[in-house]
Amino acid sequence: MAPLLELRNASTHYVSARGTRVVKAVDNVTLSLEAGETLGIVGESGSGKTTLALSILRLLPTAAVNAGGEMLFDGEDLLKKSPEEMRQIRGKKIAMILQDPMASLNPLFTIGDQVGEPLRVHESMPRKRAWARATALLKSVRITAPETRVREYPHQMSGGMRQRIVGAMGIACEPRLLIADEPTTSLDLTIQAQYLALLRDLQREHGLALIFITHNLGIVAKMCDRVAVMYAGRLVEFGPVRKIFDAPRHPYTRALLQSIPRFGDSRTKLTAIDGQPPDLSALPLGCAFHPRCPDAIDRCRAEAPPETGTNTGHTFRCWVAAS
Amino acid sequence: MTPLLEAADLTKHFPVKGGIFGRSRGAVRAVDGISFVVEKGKTLGVVGESGCGKTTTAKLVLGLEEPTAGVLRFEGADLTSLDKAGRRRYRRGIQAVFQDPYASLNPRMRVGDIIMEPLITHERLSGADIKKRLESLLDLVGLPSRAADLFPHEFSGGQRQRIAIARSLSLNPSLIVLDEPVSALDVSIRAQILNLLRELQSELGLSYLFIAHDLAAVAHMSHTIAVMYLGRIVELGDAATVANSSRHPYTRALFAAALPSHPDEKREEIVLAGEVPSPLNPPAGCHFHPRCPSVMERCRSEEPKVRTIDGIRVACHLYE
Repeated sequence: MAPLLELRNASTHYVSARGTRVVKAVDNVTLSLEAGETLGIVGESGSGKTTLALSILRLLPTAAVNAGGEMLFDGEDLLKKSPEEMRQIRGKKIAMILQDPMASLNPLFTIGDQVGEPLRVHESMPRKRAWARATALLKSVRITAPETRVREYPHQMSGGMRQRIVGAMGIACEPRLLIADEPTTSLDLTIQAQYLALLRDLQREHGLALIFITHNLGIVAKMCDRVAVMYAGRLVEFGPVRKIFDAPRHPYTRALLQSIPRFGDSRTKLTAIDGQPPDLSALPLGCAFHPRCPDAIDRCRAEAPPETGTNTGHTFRCWVAAS
Repeated sequence: MTPLLEAADLTKHFPVKGGIFGRSRGAVRAVDGISFVVEKGKTLGVVGESGCGKTTTAKLVLGLEEPTAGVLRFEGADLTSLDKAGRRRYRRGIQAVFQDPYASLNPRMRVGDIIMEPLITHERLSGADIKKRLESLLDLVGLPSRAADLFPHEFSGGQRQRIAIARSLSLNPSLIVLDEPVSALDVSIRAQILNLLRELQSELGLSYLFIAHDLAAVAHMSHTIAVMYLGRIVELGDAATVANSSRHPYTRALFAAALPSHPDEKREEIVLAGEVPSPLNPPAGCHFHPRCPSVMERCRSEEPKVRTIDGIRVACHLYE
């Protein structure tokens, strides 16, 4: 069976107005996701993870250009769709949840209007039925007293409730894929636990595929089946979560996993990664991680490593690990 | 031995005014009678969700807010009894590092001036002394000495946080309040800063009041942990014990909500219902009772007293 989503050498570059400066925000990314699975995309700020998600939805700013590759969703290349066809896919087949729920809710419309909007747009549902459906959706994201809440406005909700409402909007048309961009960073811990449990239940009920964009490896450990590690616009490692947590092949993944404090290891020194993430407009030659890499060899400084392990389902880009 | 800092029944209420005459309509009980100590050379970690009063606690300790009631003792001396010179000494002794190094450094000042500003306000030093001190501070936090002539925008987030740490060290304080010092930084940078803070602690004998929402980081950094909920400390004690065998149902739920570090790490699943109530109108009895999985009848009306069990202070009716 073909995967639900398959990216083949997807690349998105930001080009300056005169075309003289090019930032390769997403470069040659190959990954796949089966229906009903959860994929975590991890990376630091500026590693290209949000650009990758926006590329899938084709919601990029005008300065961004698609620089080749394919993005197959259900076997069809999203990059070949017309703007009108994309509009029918967004919110209907692929939905997205953003980090800041207040920014994705319109303060002037009631919750019922906003949760029902995707249904009215995509399924031409009459207002009244959309409203009734919105009440049911609020109930499914465990908002208490949904009958009164549908008539209220976003400012009357707490942060956790807003995020759940945005989740309700996301699943309104029963999409096949839900992309969540840092969905819990603005939430408190116990509220985050509630929200993650809710997403997992929704996924089970609707057979939803999820993409989590996060910098938090804990969310990946808790929620995901596969993980894609991004560094400076490249996918440095991709594979099943357990394999990558147990035996990471790329030195960046390994360092990242070791740098996180764990319970029970107090008073031991953390393994820190020296230096800082590179500027995407002035990437070092060769492997972008080599200036910070403890294992770097001469080849890393001269040549970008190719993808290794494509037939095993666990890929990585590293000269040292490949040899 | 007297602890470095001691808080006894520390309370801060913010009056809420309303109506056309601006009459008082009650108070936000931001911090409601908390007691803790910070020992010399040790770290007290404070955890809790937004609105639990951890930032107000930090402000009280920094002297940025006056307590409504209760006592703060620094090196044994009651803060309210201090004269002007004593207050000044106190302020020198306690410094802060804030969350966002993009907001806490003046973009129009050179790094050297930023770091030395506290020292210049508090002491008269010759130019040569200033230069020497500046170099040793930069060296201490791992920045090159040429950094002094640059501006903050020329540095990355992690380096900026090093600058903020150097500034907090310039007056040789004995206590540093760290309010979410790594949460604005990139994941790969956090460990650098946490390691630096630990090195500085052992080298200079510093005490920390470490406030963060990343529980694993707090457990990693702290000797003791205080768990706050709606202005009260519900559990306080040895860091490893609080983290691994917590007693209070809220602490248990909080640490159960912490994310695992490995997919096979199974944590107790406790998903709390509801959200933190408003501190303007906290529930009667135990503040946690509307969300508590082991709530009893008396929790709804009677405020639990603090008990000490095996060195851990717990405020819960389950342990009476």
